Amino acid sequence: MTGVQQAIAANAAVRGAMPAVALDDVTISFRMAGNHVYTAVKRASLSVADGEFVSIVGPTGCGKSTLLNVAAGLLAPSSGKASIFGRALAGLNRQAGYLFQADALFPWKTAIDNVAIGLETANVASKLAHDRAQDWLKRVGLGSFGARYPHMLSGGQRKRVGLAQVLIRNPKILLMDEPFGPLDAQTRQIMGNLLLDRWSADRKAVLFVTHDLEEAIALSDRVVIMSAGPAARIIGDWTVNLPRPRDISEVKLDPAFHALHREIWQKLKDEVIKGYAQTGGG
Amino acid sequence: MNRVTLIALQALVAIVSILIWYLLTTIPVDGKPLFPPFFFSTPLDVAERIVKWFSEGTIWRHLWITLAEAMLAFVLGSLGGVLVGFWFARQPRVAAVFDPYVKAVNALPRIVLAPIFTLWFGLGIWSKVALGVTLVFFIVFFNVYQGVKEVSPTVLANARMLGMNERQLMRHVYWPSALSWMFSSLHTSVGFAVVGAVVGEYLGSAAGLGYIILQAEMTFDIAGVFAGMFVLAAFVIVIDTMVTLVERRLLVWRPAAAETRA
Repeated sequence: MTGVQQAIAANAAVRGAMPAVALDDVTISFRMAGNHVYTAVKRASLSVADGEFVSIVGPTGCGKSTLLNVAAGLLAPSSGKASIFGRALAGLNRQAGYLFQADALFPWKTAIDNVAIGLETANVASKLAHDRAQDWLKRVGLGSFGARYPHMLSGGQRKRVGLAQVLIRNPKILLMDEPFGPLDAQTRQIMGNLLLDRWSADRKAVLFVTHDLEEAIALSDRVVIMSAGPAARIIGDWTVNLPRPRDISEVKLDPAFHALHREIWQKLKDEVIKGYAQTGGG
Repeated sequence: MNRVTLIALQALVAIVSILIWYLLTTIPVDGKPLFPPFFFSTPLDVAERIVKWFSEGTIWRHLWITLAEAMLAFVLGSLGGVLVGFWFARQPRVAAVFDPYVKAVNALPRIVLAPIFTLWFGLGIWSKVALGVTLVFFIVFFNVYQGVKEVSPTVLANARMLGMNERQLMRHVYWPSALSWMFSSLHTSVGFAVVGAVVGEYLGSAAGLGYIILQAEMTFDIAGVFAGMFVLAAFVIVIDTMVTLVERRLLVWRPAAAETRA
């Protein structure tokens, strides 16, 4: 083995051992009007191994997205720390791609420009970036939609463009904040399968936030449950041992899926009721 | 309503209005028309005057001067508005310091500035350009300021997660957003540029549409006044149509108001 090869092997070993995302005892508080302090998330610890698909499920307003923003480096924790591949995160998480719940495409750019921009910011020549973007549009099933502006696309198509926009940068970590939330049930299933299909190609570490337990189980290797806010905590962690590759609609018929769903729901149910009581059902 | 019907109805409004005007100013009631032509002129006199202006070619110089003043006011006012709007939006402290002054100057009726501009810049086109600039600047400034401020936080977070640095954010996010707001006020700012030019001419000048109208008024030449107004109205409509064409090209990415989303 040459020195370089040894270094690469050692690096790979370290990378393999280090979790892609590690949140250690993270508390997130916000200062509200009148010096009132609102604690969204309290002492949460969570790790996502390289290549692992982890979902965070919790009732509305429990701070799931807040936790995800800490992993993205968009928000600094009030206490505790976030590490990415063993290195403490300071500022934005440059290894991560983030798929937002709300529309995050640039409305003034065509679909293909939206996808290419992720490479252009990394100083890839425009021509090459656009060739690769066309490739990615094809991969998410929008090969002939490159010239459309976001407002000419359906909600599901916009999510596909968003997915291509993030994946073209080939991030080591994928952070997803209820990305399929606004879509109808059928489109969600199609998007879930598309995501699994893309993910299985190179197994990135994924942290997926959702309020939909079925979606979480169908997609993930692990499901993490949060309590109702404020001061939400992580109250459960389940491993999903369903075989891959999975098809979202088929995996939901598996008896093991039902057993696991029942088990997690037992725990989640109380929190959902609490969450509703606190937010008045909103 | 289809296009042909619409245009027919629009034309009908003009025909009926002119017909009523014609009847009131020419058909005698008790020996004289209800609207004496001395005060209201007649459609035929006005038309004759307009034809004369264009056939003799005297009007072109005035139209050209007004157009030049309006264009210069629009370009300079927009440029200033974009620069200052951007600067204030990105530097909230500067914006906070200047806020009361911006409001004070904007609240000032611009017409009181016209005599000062005439003193400063003379009777030529530049005093009119200056008046137009004070009108256009604020419209563009407020829109650009708003455009930069109101970039969706999600789009901004996405841009940062996609690795944009400050310069790239400027080019790919703030700039297009500000421009879209500026273009959405294009009709207003172009309109005000023309208003600035014509009002400036009206208050003291040697050429332009405002000058013709003023000259006619001073000699009680009502046909000249009306003819001047009609030419001005047509001029504004032509400019507005061109703005619409430009707008359609530039804002192609924006959903049309009536369009439903899939």
